[in-house]
Amino acid sequence: MTVTNETRADPAPPTPAREPVRRIDIGTRLLRLVDAIWRPAALLALIFVAWWVITAQGWVADYLVPTPVQVWERTTQDWSSLMYHSYVTLYETVVGFLLASVLGLATAVAIAYSRTLERTLYPIVLFAQVIPKIAIAPLIVVWFGNDLAPKIILAVLIAFFPVVVSGVAGLRSTDPELLELSATMGASRWQTFRKIRFPNALPHLMAGEKVAVTLAVVGAVVGEFVGASEGLGYQLMIANGNLDAPLLFAALILMSLIGILLFVIVEVLEALLIPWHASRRSATPLTTS
Amino acid sequence: MTSVLTGTAVDVKNLSVRFRSKRSSTTALDDVTMRVEAGEFISIVGPSGCGKSTLLKVVAGLVKPSDGQVSLFGDEVKGAQRNIGFAFQRAALLEWRGVRKNILLQAEIRGIDKAKAARRADELIELTGLAGFEKALPHELSGGMQQRVALCRALLHEPPVLLMDEPFGALDALTREQLNAELNKIWRETGTTILLVTHSIAEAVFLGTRVEVMSPRPGRLMRTLPVDLPRERDYAQVMTDPRFGSLTREIRQLLGAHESH
Ligand SMILES: Nc1ncnc2c1ncn2[C@@H]1O[C@H](COP(=O)(O)OP(=O)(O)O)[C@@H](O)[C@H]1O
Ligand SMILES: [Mg+2]
Repeated sequence: MTVTNETRADPAPPTPAREPVRRIDIGTRLLRLVDAIWRPAALLALIFVAWWVITAQGWVADYLVPTPVQVWERTTQDWSSLMYHSYVTLYETVVGFLLASVLGLATAVAIAYSRTLERTLYPIVLFAQVIPKIAIAPLIVVWFGNDLAPKIILAVLIAFFPVVVSGVAGLRSTDPELLELSATMGASRWQTFRKIRFPNALPHLMAGEKVAVTLAVVGAVVGEFVGASEGLGYQLMIANGNLDAPLLFAALILMSLIGILLFVIVEVLEALLIPWHASRRSATPLTTS
Repeated sequence: MTSVLTGTAVDVKNLSVRFRSKRSSTTALDDVTMRVEAGEFISIVGPSGCGKSTLLKVVAGLVKPSDGQVSLFGDEVKGAQRNIGFAFQRAALLEWRGVRKNILLQAEIRGIDKAKAARRADELIELTGLAGFEKALPHELSGGMQQRVALCRALLHEPPVLLMDEPFGALDALTREQLNAELNKIWRETGTTILLVTHSIAEAVFLGTRVEVMSPRPGRLMRTLPVDLPRERDYAQVMTDPRFGSLTREIRQLLGAHESH
């Protein structure tokens, strides 16, 4: 006779939150979204109102800080050209970010898998990181000309490091027992990478990607400062030269929006890729309703 | 049902393992000799750090012997062995996979026929009482259930030898007894040869056909105790069996005698 199902005494049967955060209805989803957004939105509104009051009261000269109305008018007036410059900056940023992701991940894999490559590559990666990008921007523009290439290169240079560091940390964090297990299964290096090490590295990697995408915007804009005929960075320099504060603010706001938009996209991607990870479980708990 | 091989399953001859680091050298195993016939259930007990895990890893081909040799069914172990199942102290599950997919990892990597693997996975899920939790992620499971998943994964490819390293160490007594009963059943039904490392003397005697008691580091086999109980075991019956009492007492004395040194 053996123990039957009736006497099964597993002390902690699945926790109440067994049904994962995946299958939730639209209503709950919306509530979650609202819950996540209202606080920063309220803070932004507050800052906006303060800006409005300060400038409208004339406490600060409008050639230093324009009123929201001036910025809005300027934005609508120059809408198509601002959109064009935004598109250029967005393009440089996205291409730079994607290249940094691919190159960064490849470098991380090389470093995580080979001691020799680690010793060869890590010092160079670190060196490339500690050189101030703004200092070498002029050089890069001289080397690669005035068009998109130098901006993309700067975006790559600046976004590369967090991808490498987070990728290496992620790939190295594999449970040694999982690696032993895969050895007893006769797994090839590629199988171990694809089924164990890479998915295991994703949470680390995505954290790095989020840092990288915001830095990529900085890289592109710095490139545009140094030598460009288009892009928000170029627009900003022009506005600055003409003491055109409304245009300067419009460009600034658009740059920030690009950064936020890209960050949110990476966050959504993260939520889709690693719904299982502790950092993503019940991101906004909406308990006791 | 299982491709049970006969003869000597595991043959360990004069095995020594030394770990060398820059500063020191640790002898984990010292001249260990052990023969395990197919179908046996060997429980291994010993103080912590005496080399129990190392012994299993050498049998699995994950650690190289410094001296001596190990054979599985007559073939010398060189490099990681595929014809074994390994269950660890921590379940070592893939966090991002549900129960069923965690079990099927074994089949994916080995390239076992999908339909066959799926059938076998369902059998094991049924056998270990995981039915209804096929899609649950590891973090949604209790410790006992995670260990069941790890056990199913180790058994999926019907290995002739199953190595278990303190698989129930982190569980409460009740869950542990229950999993022990299940393991006894699985062992009887599959005919798998099992090497189980455990800290629990009662577990060692309840499950084993033989208990190997190891000495503190450097690990040696101190005593071999045959367990003269029927293959089919029931907890209540075994616990009250006088043979159980005398065996556990003897093992406790062997281990205790060394602790006082
Ligand atoms: N990879 C390793 N490198 C160096 N020393 C090790 C390694 N693995 C185990 N040891 C040492 O070998 C001894 C036996 O370890 P282990 O087999 O894990 O013992 P047990 O499982 O009986 O507790 C310990 O002293 C441990 O520190
Ligand atoms: Mg151990």
